[in-house]
Amino acid sequence: MAHQRIIAIAISAGLLLLILELVRRKRLMERYALLWLVSTLVLLVLSVWSGLLSSLASALGISYPPSALFAVAFGVVLILLVHFSLAVSRLSDQNKVLAQRLGILQRRVHEQNEHLERLSKRVGIGPGLESDEPAPYTERLTRTS
Amino acid sequence: MHPVKRLCPNYDPRPALNRYLAIVPAHNEAGAITSTVAEIHTFAPDFDVLVVDDGSTDATASRAEAAGAQVVCLPFNLGIGGAVQTGYVYAQEHGYQVAVQIDGDGQHDPRYIPDLLHRLQSEERLNMVTGSRFLESHTDGHRSSAPRRVGITIFARLVSMITRRRVTDPTSGLRMTNRVGIELFARDYPHDYPEVEAILMMHAHRLESCEIPVRMRPRTSGVSAISSTQPVYYMVKVLLAVFIGLFRSHPTVEPGDTPISAEHAL
Repeated sequence: MAHQRIIAIAISAGLLLLILELVRRKRLMERYALLWLVSTLVLLVLSVWSGLLSSLASALGISYPPSALFAVAFGVVLILLVHFSLAVSRLSDQNKVLAQRLGILQRRVHEQNEHLERLSKRVGIGPGLESDEPAPYTERLTRTS
Repeated sequence: MHPVKRLCPNYDPRPALNRYLAIVPAHNEAGAITSTVAEIHTFAPDFDVLVVDDGSTDATASRAEAAGAQVVCLPFNLGIGGAVQTGYVYAQEHGYQVAVQIDGDGQHDPRYIPDLLHRLQSEERLNMVTGSRFLESHTDGHRSSAPRRVGITIFARLVSMITRRRVTDPTSGLRMTNRVGIELFARDYPHDYPEVEAILMMHAHRLESCEIPVRMRPRTSGVSAISSTQPVYYMVKVLLAVFIGLFRSHPTVEPGDTPISAEHAL
């Protein structure tokens, strides 16, 4: 029993440190780390204070304490999944808006370049068509797409 | 590789006419943005005004433009951190030497811009000057609601302890930075509720900041970014960020440093 407890504590503590290290390296934003931190802390408390799980189970009317653990873990995972679905939905919506804005901007730059070329042809000066200079980046972007 | 530079490699910034920029983040502030921009023009005529419209759904952008500001419209709401950093990237690319943050909601009085600038330029070692509501014991200015003041006091104690300097108003968004600060914030700026972390970032990069007393006004329109449901998240998020920030390595920032992205930092 003591052996299992040490392993459980080590795994929970390792998970907690992993989350903190990911935040330190800026791989994980604080906003998304908080839920993970809360869940790993709960795990850590449960593995340190082993009597808590049994009393929690009997309070919930569950005769087999590990089942209570599974129920709690399932609940936590469910919350995390909904959280991520919300985040993914927001990101796809923002991604759509970005693509639309970029497309419209490309079109506008293209129109302005054509307008500029017409103007400089008419006047015979300005950014000449025979110029050795490479085309502006935005124009290349429009051509390749 | 800088994200903005990667998007436009041939980008040729217009030379900045003025060397000073006022960054005005605004989210649905159509009611206050005109007077804010006008006041900056009046009290700080040396400053160009950049309004960062953070995904507003009202007339904020058009009114700012009509008031004579340069306007960057973000396609959706990034939050105060992302909006302000947009301003710092703009300042960095256009070669501005000094940037000041002024909220678009009218809480920050542009009358203090010359004071901030004077303080920033009074000492060469200073990189950032913040306007503090709590530095002097005048009681007539707007000093936030009582529960918020408790949070501000906790952060003030914490930040003062970490930086070993007296910081009275770590949540104040009225702050001015020089070129080194612009380079740092253009490269890296906290996401949600950035003010407290930004002070600690300055300290961790061995940059100096100080405070001058200011009076703030109650907001004239719009709603605060911190609604009633969020203070718990605010406290926990900032405390976590402060704690983890203590374990990060922070190289000193010099003007012209190549920016480091998250991947390169590893």
